[in-house]
Formats: sequence, structure tokens, C-alpha cells
Amino acid sequence: MSMPFYVSPEQVMQDKAEYARKGIARGRSIIILEYDLGIALMAENPSVSLSKIGEIYDRVAFAGVGKFSEFDQLRKVGVRYADVKGYAYSREDVRGKALANAYSQTMGDAFTREMKPLEVELVVAEIGDTRFVGHEENSIYKVQFDGSISDHKGFCVIGGETEDLQSNLEANYESGLPLGDAMKLGRSTLQLASNGDDQLEVKNLEVAILDSQRTGRKFHRLSAEEVRGILEP
Amino acid sequence: MLVRGRYLGSSFSELLELEHPQLRISWSDALAKSQQFPEVPHGTTVLAAKYADGVLVAGDRLATEGYRVASRDVQKVYNTDSHSLIAIAGAAGPCIEMARLLGIELEHYEKIEGETLELEGKANKLSQMIRQNLPAAMQGLVVVPLFAGYDKSRKTGRLWKFDITGGRYEEAEYQATGSGGLYANESLKKSHRNDMTRDDAVKMAVQALTDAADEDRGTGGIDLMRGIFPTLNVCSETGIETVDAAEVERCYREILDAGSRS
Repeated sequence: MSMPFYVSPEQVMQDKAEYARKGIARGRSIIILEYDLGIALMAENPSVSLSKIGEIYDRVAFAGVGKFSEFDQLRKVGVRYADVKGYAYSREDVRGKALANAYSQTMGDAFTREMKPLEVELVVAEIGDTRFVGHEENSIYKVQFDGSISDHKGFCVIGGETEDLQSNLEANYESGLPLGDAMKLGRSTLQLASNGDDQLEVKNLEVAILDSQRTGRKFHRLSAEEVRGILEP
Repeated sequence: MLVRGRYLGSSFSELLELEHPQLRISWSDALAKSQQFPEVPHGTTVLAAKYADGVLVAGDRLATEGYRVASRDVQKVYNTDSHSLIAIAGAAGPCIEMARLLGIELEHYEKIEGETLELEGKANKLSQMIRQNLPAAMQGLVVVPLFAGYDKSRKTGRLWKFDITGGRYEEAEYQATGSGGLYANESLKKSHRNDMTRDDAVKMAVQALTDAADEDRGTGGIDLMRGIFPTLNVCSETGIETVDAAEVERCYREILDAGSRS
């Protein structure tokens, strides 16, 4: 009988993490920014049909980087989770925190159990609603390939090479920016990514907002004309 | 579509059926177990009519149980998405549930697929939901709604009526249904034109509901004492607008003034 080679658990985890990081690093970054009346999600994305940003529920949005098939599957799982929960309970019971935790469980499980980890990093953003007590605050959760979860105030960057982007936002971001200024900052920050385009054209930008001024479903995907109207008036 | 035991399609009702059967209500199973048929709220007039820019959908507010008032301000017109509406007639419980489920179904499809269904596709989905309810309908829990909306591909308003078997009939001009539907239809017949303005369509609908409430005891009239007015929603290319109560009241007072014999 042949004996399998012994590989230490540390080595296995390290290899898996390295594999996942490599996959994620190939993707372009996404920036999530709070502005005075909502949350903006911005991605460099030349495709108009394969989106990286999506609507989950009334106040919850999704953004994913890495392997498209994997994060899009996670987005759909999130939509199913949210719609069933909202149907069984009430629309206000669908919260970003619970969804981010569910993602963290799923991705953590996949990381330890499966041969191949998910090459995905994602954000769950939830806009507050001042009409309901306990629902006032915005929240932004980042979930990584191994299931580790973190929450962010103001802004958040996901993708392969985030250090330059992160430090640019730390230096230039102020809370309470109007949408136009937030989007300009978002675009100039995305241009810093070494694997991205340094002259980012409007048609290659995917932008969606969670807009506190809307009633019901707060998610709105900006059309290329709307983005152009804001960035190049 | 099931892959490794997980549902991967884009229909919310199928998702419920396959993965969350405990959340699915089967009225017919429940009825088969009960000896006696329960009394459920009935009685309605709802209508839908085309006008120049789209469609108008309206409904009274009364729910009755036999000869008793069950509720004076029940809602019978629901927006199922940004450009479609359902007006319910029949047993209140299953009707309201179906309107809610259709709304979630359309939103779910839109989020999963990234695009909206055609208006005809939405009407067809509703037709399937009514067909599934047929066993319960045979025992009295009838759901016969009207469905209407603005067809963005064809740039026109459209409307459908349904029968209890899920039969789907597109109407070219207008349709009213419910216990007072006959009277409302008679009233609409006199004044309806497909090219009428929004304001004229609103007046016509208030008149038709007033006529129906006058003849049918199951239809609620305008209740000035309690400030309860029928629901009127108009749907055009720009979306759905709810006609405010002040405008409905103004139309009603014009009708009163014109008809007063003193």
C-alpha cells in the first residue's frame, strides 16, 4: 500500500492563500466610497454586460473582484438569501451584516474544505435609513477569500493591488463629499492601480450608487451618460 | 434548473418550492383537510383602462365577509414593479399573497438576470400562478386579478384579465372585474377612449367606481366621513404615479354636483 506524502497544514493553507491571491491580483480594483447622500461603488470594467457590482436588496449592494464566474455565483446566492429572508420576515429584516457573515461562512468553508479556494474578494455595502431606529448607519463589509471579514468607514478598496489606492484615499478622502467629488476622487484613485488604465475613460467605468434619496429600492446603476454628466460636465 | 441539489434558476417561486417548501402555501391542501369551507373576505370592483400615455388601474377599498364589512380600507391595487400593476379580485388572502409573490418574482428575476422581463412575460408568469391555485379556486378561494402595465418595447399601455384556470385575455381598451365589475364595465363603455388624457381617464375611473358602488353592495363607495378614497394608479413610460386623494375627491364632488337633483 502506498502512503500519501505528508504535507503540513500550514503549508497547505499557505499554498491555497497564495493561489487565491494570485487569482484576485489579476482583477482590476473596485472602490466603495461614502458620499453625503449615499454610497458609491466604482469599478474599472470594460464590459457593459458582465458587471462586478450588483443589487442585493432594498438597501444592500454587492461588489466582487477576482474570477467572474465565482463572484457572480456568490452575488446570486446573496440575492436568493435576501429575497427569501425578506419574504419570510419583513423587508427591513434584510441586513448587510447578516449577509456579510453568511458570505464569510461560505467562503471560509470553501477555503478549508475544497481543493481550490475561491479566487474572490467582495464587499457588502448597506445604506442606512433614518426612518427606522437602529437602521441609521451606513455599513461596508469586506470579505476575503479565506472568509476573513472586516468593516470599513468612509471608503474601502478591494482587488489585487490596493496599497497605492488605499493610501491615496487615506490622504484625500473627507467625509460628507458630494457625489460628483466622490466620483472624481474614485476615478483618480482607480487610475493609480498598476494593473489598471491610467487614463480611465468613462465608458470603462462601472458605477452604481445606493442613494438615500430614493424610496424602496435604493440601488441605482448609473448609465454611461449619467457618469459622463457627473465626471465631465 | 438544479445543480448538485441547489436551485440555479431565476424564478423566486420555483426557488421557494424547491429549497424552502415550508414557506410555500398550498391553499388546496389546507382546504382538503378542513370539513367546512371558511368564510373569507370577498367583493370588489377593480378596473384597468388604457389612456393616451399608458394605462390606469383603480380599485375600491371595501372587503366583505358575507353581509358584514371585513375592512373599509383594504388595498386592491399593487405595483408589481416600476412599470406594471396588479388589481386583485377574489378571496382576499390568496389574492394579496399572489400580488406580493408576483412583485418579489419580478424583482428577483431582474436582480438575478440583470434585465427585466417583457410585460407579456410578466402576465404569463401571473397566469401560471393562477393556474397553480386552481384546486383551491374550485373550492371557493378564487383569484381573478387584472394585470396592466406599460410595455417599454412596444411603447404602449397593455392590460389583461384572467379566469380561474389561469386563462389570460388581453383587452384592447378597458376591463373591470369583481362583484361590481359588470356595472363598472357598463359605465366605462360610455366614456372610454384609448386616446383620452390622464385627467379624463381619472374622472372616468372615479365615475365607474361610483356607479359600481351604487349598484353592488360588495363594492365600497367614496367615504367622505372617514376620508377613504379608491386607489387610482396611472402607469406611463416614466413609471407609476399614484393619484392623490385630493384629486379623487375633486372628481367625486364634480360627479355629485352634476348628479344632484335638488
